[in-house]
Amino acid sequence: MECLLAITIGVLYAASFYLLLRRGVVRIILGIALLSQAVNLLIFTAGGLREGGAPFIAEGQTALAATSADPLPQALILTAIVISFGVLAFTLAMVHRADQATGTDDVDDLKGTDQT
Amino acid sequence: MNAVTLAILTPLVTAVFCLFTLRSPRLQRFFGVAGMVVLLAVALRLMAEVGGGTIEVVRFGNWPAPFGIVLVADLLAGIMVLVSAITGLAVAVYSVADVDARRVRFGYYAFLHFMMFGVCGAFLTGDIFNLFVWFEVMLISSFVLMSLGGEKPQMEGAVKYVTLNLISSSFFLAACGILYGQTGTLNMADLALTAREMRPELLTMTAMLFLVAFGLKAAIFPLFFWLPASYHTPPVAVSAIFAGLLTKVGVYALIRVFTLIFTEDLLLTHGLLLGLAGLTMVTGVLGAMVQFDFRRLLSFHIISQIGYMVLGLALFTPLAIAGTVFYLFHHIVVKANLFLISGVTARYGGSFDLKKLGGFYAATPLLALLFFIPAMSLGGIPPLSGFFAKFAVVKAGLAGDTMFGGWATVLAVIALAVGLLTLFSMTKIWAEVFWKPAPEGHAPHPGHVPPGERFLLLAPVAALAALTLAIGFFPQFFFDFAARSAEQLLQPEIYIHAVLGRTN
Repeated sequence: MECLLAITIGVLYAASFYLLLRRGVVRIILGIALLSQAVNLLIFTAGGLREGGAPFIAEGQTALAATSADPLPQALILTAIVISFGVLAFTLAMVHRADQATGTDDVDDLKGTDQT
Repeated sequence: MNAVTLAILTPLVTAVFCLFTLRSPRLQRFFGVAGMVVLLAVALRLMAEVGGGTIEVVRFGNWPAPFGIVLVADLLAGIMVLVSAITGLAVAVYSVADVDARRVRFGYYAFLHFMMFGVCGAFLTGDIFNLFVWFEVMLISSFVLMSLGGEKPQMEGAVKYVTLNLISSSFFLAACGILYGQTGTLNMADLALTAREMRPELLTMTAMLFLVAFGLKAAIFPLFFWLPASYHTPPVAVSAIFAGLLTKVGVYALIRVFTLIFTEDLLLTHGLLLGLAGLTMVTGVLGAMVQFDFRRLLSFHIISQIGYMVLGLALFTPLAIAGTVFYLFHHIVVKANLFLISGVTARYGGSFDLKKLGGFYAATPLLALLFFIPAMSLGGIPPLSGFFAKFAVVKAGLAGDTMFGGWATVLAVIALAVGLLTLFSMTKIWAEVFWKPAPEGHAPHPGHVPPGERFLLLAPVAALAALTLAIGFFPQFFFDFAARSAEQLLQPEIYIHAVLGRTN
């Protein structure tokens, strides 16, 4: 399972970097969206995969059993998903506005602020 | 409630007040400035509490560390919150005259305070994932401030600023995930202990991820390209607070993780920082030389100054770290001030283009004096604050007790040369804007700005200039704080003990 996830993460990273290097602004935004998904999976995998160990404290116990999965990475991912959702929504609105203001979605044409 | 929590709550509450009064720019301006005054008072109280060397720890929900999230205020955090509050107040007052009612109706003050909320949170948190969240609070508010108004150059700058900062956030998050996977903790004090048991190559890899993430935010070489492309596009007040605070949050985060967590393979991590510091200083200052836009020129100087701070961190001796801390607060004050001044000259002269400005010395000698102070301080002329900041870092490099031997000397020499070139840039602005006669049809007209607004523009500038003078004339007082903060940073056991109650 780790192996499969590792490959998936690698492919996601590669795809997102490919998109980030494109010239279209929308493709770059898609690249960022993919990147955040890749990172989420990375946290999930790095946090340790465990099958069938739901993190419930059994009746009569006071602590989690050693065999249960760690719920914290999932909490981190949940937070990260919420943040990246908000940021993505903002970014799309910003790109729309940038398109209206500059009339282009090609980053090669967005050089106005880089010239001396 | 203690000052640590208040320092975070004050900007949040202010921002909410501003959101409720969106229709009334007058009320928003009132809340915007009043909120910063309260924040400054809170920051002073916080400084009074931690100034003596105690580390204050607040546990959320009273969960013991490392299980719950903690807020930790050590001396460095206290200093940073205080300087941020000072800059924030100056910018909030300046904004009253500088930011138009349309932007204010769209929530300028609310987002300014949301950004301060993120900045203060980032300085005070003791949890690495929490730091990520604060970074995001700060970033998304800064995205809004950057693009608020929607002018063409702003949007061009915003696209670059937003994209690169989001990529840096992904790196940061990935680094947090890997660190957690290896150590099973996110509490920074606990990480400092458990990271020592990590496999060294994994630890180094994580350190590199953090270096990329924070380096991009701090705009170190070669990750700085977003900065000069975007910082000169928003309204002056926004550029000023960005220039003063945001990159320094990145530097703060670098200091935090590279003094607390990644101290195992110093030659590699800090050696890399050393090299990057040199390249950052040189590329920044060389980039500035060819610029003729007031704010773009200053933006490049932010980069070169970041190099000095990273240099101090890399040298990793008590004097060098103290130099870095001193540099941090000197630089925030001076750089924000220079940006504010660029705004005043633009209001009087109608342009940010150095070639189209001129004759300011004859028209407003007071403004010339107010520019002269921070500009010479940035160039490192004694007895101004920048001299002592540079002096400490360079002296640490020449002292010969670093782990880099001759390389430290080389870097110190580079730092001196870069200081000279900085002075060259500052004299260029002086000659172009203040000294040369006004170009045809571009004479400065201070009279065109109503006296009330003129006062609001100049008062923050004068206050920050006075602070620069104070740091310059009483360096021992300020350097003492920096030195004690360096002591705390170089003995992570103090921090760890304050948070966890144990050091192993």
